[in-house]
Amino acid sequence: MNFNNTGDLVGFWNLYVVVIVAVSVIGCAVFLWMQSSATHKPGEVTGHVWDETLEEYSNPLPNWWRWMFYITVIFALVYLALYPGLGSNTGSFGWTMRGQYDAEMAAAEQQYGPKFNQFLKQDVMTVAANQEAKEMGARLFQTYCAQCHGGDAGGQPSFPNLKDGDWLWGGTPEKIKETIAAGRTGFMTPKGTKPDMDAEQVKDVVHYVRSLSGLTADSARAQRGQELYPQACAACHGPDGKGNQDAGYPNLTDKVWLYSSREDSMIETVTHGRQNQMPAFGEFLGEAKIHLLTAYVWGLGGGVKPVAPAPVAEVAPAAEPAAAEQQ
Amino acid sequence: MQSQATYNYKVVRQFAVMTVIWGIVGMLVGVIIAAQLVWPELNVHEFLSYGRLRPLHTNAVIFAFGGCALFATSFYVVQRTCHTTLFAPGLASFIFWAWQLIIVLAALSLPLGFTSGKEYAELEWPIDLLITVVWVAYAIVFFGTIGTRKTPHIYVANWFYGAFIIAVALLHIFNSAEIPVFEAGILTPKSYSAYAGVQDAMIQWWYGHNAVGFFLTAAFLGMMYYFVPKQAGRPVYSYRLSVVHFWALIFTYMWAGPHHLHYTALPDWTQSVGMLFSLILLAPSWGGMINGIMTLSGAWHKLRDDPILKFLITSLSFYGMSTFEGPMMSIKTVNALSHYTDWTVGHVHSGALGWVGMVSIGSMYYLIPKLFGKTEMHSTKLVNVHFWLATLGTVLYIAALWISGVMQGLMWRATNADGTLTYAFVESVKASYPFWTIRVVGGLLFLSGMILMAYNMFKTIASGRAVDDAKVLEPAHAH
Repeated sequence: MNFNNTGDLVGFWNLYVVVIVAVSVIGCAVFLWMQSSATHKPGEVTGHVWDETLEEYSNPLPNWWRWMFYITVIFALVYLALYPGLGSNTGSFGWTMRGQYDAEMAAAEQQYGPKFNQFLKQDVMTVAANQEAKEMGARLFQTYCAQCHGGDAGGQPSFPNLKDGDWLWGGTPEKIKETIAAGRTGFMTPKGTKPDMDAEQVKDVVHYVRSLSGLTADSARAQRGQELYPQACAACHGPDGKGNQDAGYPNLTDKVWLYSSREDSMIETVTHGRQNQMPAFGEFLGEAKIHLLTAYVWGLGGGVKPVAPAPVAEVAPAAEPAAAEQQ
Repeated sequence: MQSQATYNYKVVRQFAVMTVIWGIVGMLVGVIIAAQLVWPELNVHEFLSYGRLRPLHTNAVIFAFGGCALFATSFYVVQRTCHTTLFAPGLASFIFWAWQLIIVLAALSLPLGFTSGKEYAELEWPIDLLITVVWVAYAIVFFGTIGTRKTPHIYVANWFYGAFIIAVALLHIFNSAEIPVFEAGILTPKSYSAYAGVQDAMIQWWYGHNAVGFFLTAAFLGMMYYFVPKQAGRPVYSYRLSVVHFWALIFTYMWAGPHHLHYTALPDWTQSVGMLFSLILLAPSWGGMINGIMTLSGAWHKLRDDPILKFLITSLSFYGMSTFEGPMMSIKTVNALSHYTDWTVGHVHSGALGWVGMVSIGSMYYLIPKLFGKTEMHSTKLVNVHFWLATLGTVLYIAALWISGVMQGLMWRATNADGTLTYAFVESVKASYPFWTIRVVGGLLFLSGMILMAYNMFKTIASGRAVDDAKVLEPAHAH
């Protein structure tokens, strides 16, 4: 990434900016000085009259105002000597916006880094049981996750509830961490794998799917839908409708609906398909914060214990973040 | 000694009446969107949702209310101070009707969702073209009148109006450079900006801040330079000051735009230059306030019982306050706290309600009786009531948003012992509700004042007559 902060000013255009800025700032003071030396007759009108009564006094510029004007020009000149402003000249302080950001981030990392890093040595389930870690995780959650998943992690249509034990991509520490760090893309094709279905057939399939989780369904339609299901849906959602967490295919039998269990919403889903995205936070937040967030989300009540004994080495975020970019 | 020609009051009258009407419409929309922030249920339909109505509010108050006030006063002032009738009266009439058409098109297209997405320049390209035509006509009428003046010198108010007309033409053409979208070979009203990335942002805020500088400041200073000395019956305080602050103001305003883009992808040097010229702008801005307020020296007693003068002088006080606040907010470290908060919105309204609103209202109260053959408004008492409603409304509005703005800024940057943010964003929203409620009250007070004004205006019109026989005065030969 190119953050030279000078707007790539070189050669002629750099000189152009330097000259115009300097001449304009100094020009303000020169203009003021020239106008200040004009002669005045305080308290007397200039002699011009417009529209019967409009006249002007020949009063001089108020001194305090003149000096306020000069001071702002002097301030500008001093500032231009110290800070960037005259083209690619960075000023004697060498300050840049990017430099200030980097310095503040580095200072924050030094100050706060250890507080977060201490939990990296513990596995997710241990961290989840730690009160201090839970509070830190909750604060991170409110900043980075609550916008979509809600302040109480209860989700909203198209954004999953994180407390209910139902997982699209798996609820083990390993899987949750993978979701947060690398993000997920959920995709359902319109009309599944049977694009030639007509509106009636779509409705039939919907009624069959409804019957799988005990929702009210028209039995004649559900019966017809059952015949369509293997061709239209089974490839992803499985012959029994239980989905596949490895690929993010939702379970259709569990009464949890990412959108809505209303018939019209389900018809929309099947007809037009759905697209959904969870952004990747790995590079942005860094390993330690992802670890805390994983523990927090896992501990919300729906976390699944790993099948094998707790793995020691967690899956690393997609890209190893530089320390300076951690926040 | 009077010549046979008469002043063209018709177009002035039309614009003056529409100033009040569009003022009510624009401010009503403002009150509605302020209420939508407190009661989100009021977003009843996509056409009436906050996102669609907000640009309608800004366009209506700036270009419909403010624009009509500027057309009315500039056409009045330029004739009176040039001692001649309006140049190209047919064109002036065209300007009135075309400007009303533009406003109606804006009021339809914005709620329908047509927008170029550029703040204060949301109108799509067909309307942009129409604006350009009107503006060229405006320049012909205004400068044509200046060119045919009977006085040797051009009165100071006209310098400001003239600068406003030239600068706005420049701003409008460059910022609205856009490429229309063809869909299946058919030209659509949709367009995309001709610029990309940070250049687009810079052009936008070069435009945006100079819309404030030239539309909402220079032009209204022109208004001030006529109506304050007229109403006070005193000469302008200092000719020299008007010369210096005029040239300094129009020169430095052009540089100030980058302060809207502090701590963004804009290069450091551009941000610095924007900040420095914003600070240098303080003195030139205050020059206008000093010249206006000091014009009253020796006649302060008139403030006691002249509500028009109260409007004009209070507007200058708000002008002075917001042009002090502006340079302070342009300082990077202050901006780091104030940017993206309600503080900005409050600042804009201390200028918009306190300065632009009040100076326009005061000028209209001066103008309307003269256009309808009366010596004063139907009810001076109601003008007085209006003054207090407007003042109280403005103070409530800006004080509430100062508090909520600074509070938001502090909440957003507050951190815990572990460096995490103390507050989720939504907590700052929740904490803002009381102040947003006060803002609604302030806006309602200001709006109710405008409704009183409309009543007062129609009563004045009803008992008056449209003056079309005001003879053009011979210029005085004082020297």
